[in-house]
Amino acid sequence: MLKIEAVLQPSKLDAVKEALLEAGIEGMTILEARGHGRQKGHTEFYRGREYTVDLLPKVKIEMVVTDEMKDKAIEAIESAARTGRIGDGKIFVSRIDEAIRIRNDERGESAL
Amino acid sequence: MSIRCLKFFLLPGILLVTSLAIAQTPAAATAAQAPATQAQIAALQQAVQNAQTNADNSWMLTSAALVLLMTGPGLALFYGGLVRRKNILGTMMQSFAMMCLVTIIWAIVGYSLAFGHGNAFIGGFGHLFLKGVSINPDPQNFYVQTIPEQTYMVYQLMFAIITPALICGAFAERMKFSAMAVFLSLWSLVVYSPMAHMVWGVGGLLNSNGGHIPSLDFAGGTVVHITSGVSALITALYLGKRVGYPHTKMAPHSLVLSFVGACLLWVGWFGFNAGSALNSGPLATSAFINTHFATATAALGWTIFEWFHNGKPTALGAISGAVAGLVAITPASGFVQPMSAMVIGLVAGFVCPFMVFKVKAMFGYDDSLDAFGVHGAGGTVGAILTGVFATQVINPAFGKGVATGAIDGHWGQIGNQAIGVAIAWVLSIIGTVVLLFVVDKVIGLRVSPEEESEGLDLSQHGEEGYDLNT
Repeated sequence: MLKIEAVLQPSKLDAVKEALLEAGIEGMTILEARGHGRQKGHTEFYRGREYTVDLLPKVKIEMVVTDEMKDKAIEAIESAARTGRIGDGKIFVSRIDEAIRIRNDERGESAL
Repeated sequence: MSIRCLKFFLLPGILLVTSLAIAQTPAAATAAQAPATQAQIAALQQAVQNAQTNADNSWMLTSAALVLLMTGPGLALFYGGLVRRKNILGTMMQSFAMMCLVTIIWAIVGYSLAFGHGNAFIGGFGHLFLKGVSINPDPQNFYVQTIPEQTYMVYQLMFAIITPALICGAFAERMKFSAMAVFLSLWSLVVYSPMAHMVWGVGGLLNSNGGHIPSLDFAGGTVVHITSGVSALITALYLGKRVGYPHTKMAPHSLVLSFVGACLLWVGWFGFNAGSALNSGPLATSAFINTHFATATAALGWTIFEWFHNGKPTALGAISGAVAGLVAITPASGFVQPMSAMVIGLVAGFVCPFMVFKVKAMFGYDDSLDAFGVHGAGGTVGAILTGVFATQVINPAFGKGVATGAIDGHWGQIGNQAIGVAIAWVLSIIGTVVLLFVVDKVIGLRVSPEEESEGLDLSQHGEEGYDLNT
């Protein structure tokens, strides 16, 4: 089982969710986040003082999938979120030790 | 007596002459009817007087309510939105505390010191606990010719409330609630009451009606805005900068709240300025129009300034410009023509952002919410321009046909205005420094760095303004 974390532009959330659903991935957790990579922030003005805001709004999607679904999931996210510009985001994949369904204590891949 | 008095005698006068003319016609019953007619005339005169009082009083009570609205929630929202989220309640509590504390102080002794009989600088204790403050008008008294003195007292109270509340903008996010309460309560007595007395009190040094140095301040440019603005600067300098200023971003957490607050200030200010006519007649109309026009041009001025300076016009700039215009027109509102009001607003719309953007950065003081930049500077500009644009065509303040301001030919008025401004500055500086020193030694003014970091809401009040997760 693999955990796929994707940090995305907030405007891409709907497209990515749809693409994941179409790929057959239904369970996911969505977090509102702030951050930046190499993307520069924007400037804001308050009464003549200029501020560089570099903690930019982001959306993070987390999902745990079977090993077989990994490529489909990544493909779905990339195709929906890519614009070709800096700020598109990143995907991280890590291994998951255990998955449990709380309702009936089901374990392993059938809990996904 | 001013021209306003004359119109109130007009109708009874006509009635009296007509009745006498009728009484001259020879008729047997006339002689027996004369005393009855006299009684009728007297009753009619009283009825006319009552009608006049009721008309003026209804506007004045409405105005008093509008001015209170300016503090709560106008100023509370305006300032509240400008601070960081962790300080929203603390900031609003400062305005609210003034609504409560100043009311009590005013009732006990503040009104007496401001408007009681005393000398050129301060009133006396004649109205302690509001003794002798009549529920009836007094045609002999310039200020309460048609309205009850109690109305005047409660109207002036609302001014006394908002003035110290304005100062809170300078020490936002870092003053102890207890220290603020004590400092501003004392400030109300030491700076506000004397200034109000000098400008509006009977026998006051700067009173336009017979004062030694007659200066024109219709609704409180010197009394309210210069005193609070300059005191704000002193307080900001004394207290020092917020931790992390100016490198850390300390931006408004909710310009939405500030926007709502600013609009409430705009509407409430009609009570502040037009109510200062002390009646519901044409002078109130002039003041109302001037208030509105100056605000519009000032908002435009600040917006244009910003558009050039930043490249974009901001909402904060527009509403700040509006407030600057309101401040600047305050002393002039009942003395100038509408086109002059637009000029005054426009000037403030450029001077105030210059003070805030450039001068503040130059000197590096942390006047957190620009109380000095807007009120101190705007009030000074407005007070001087009042001397320029005041005209007896709108308000014959020195007598019918007598030149009032520079455009009437009385250029010396600008000098008088400058003296009034200087006195306000000096009184504010000295009074504030002394009070800050004393309160600091006894209570301590500033919160600790940990409390400042935690935020006033938690450290001073044990509360959070928003709990959006519940």
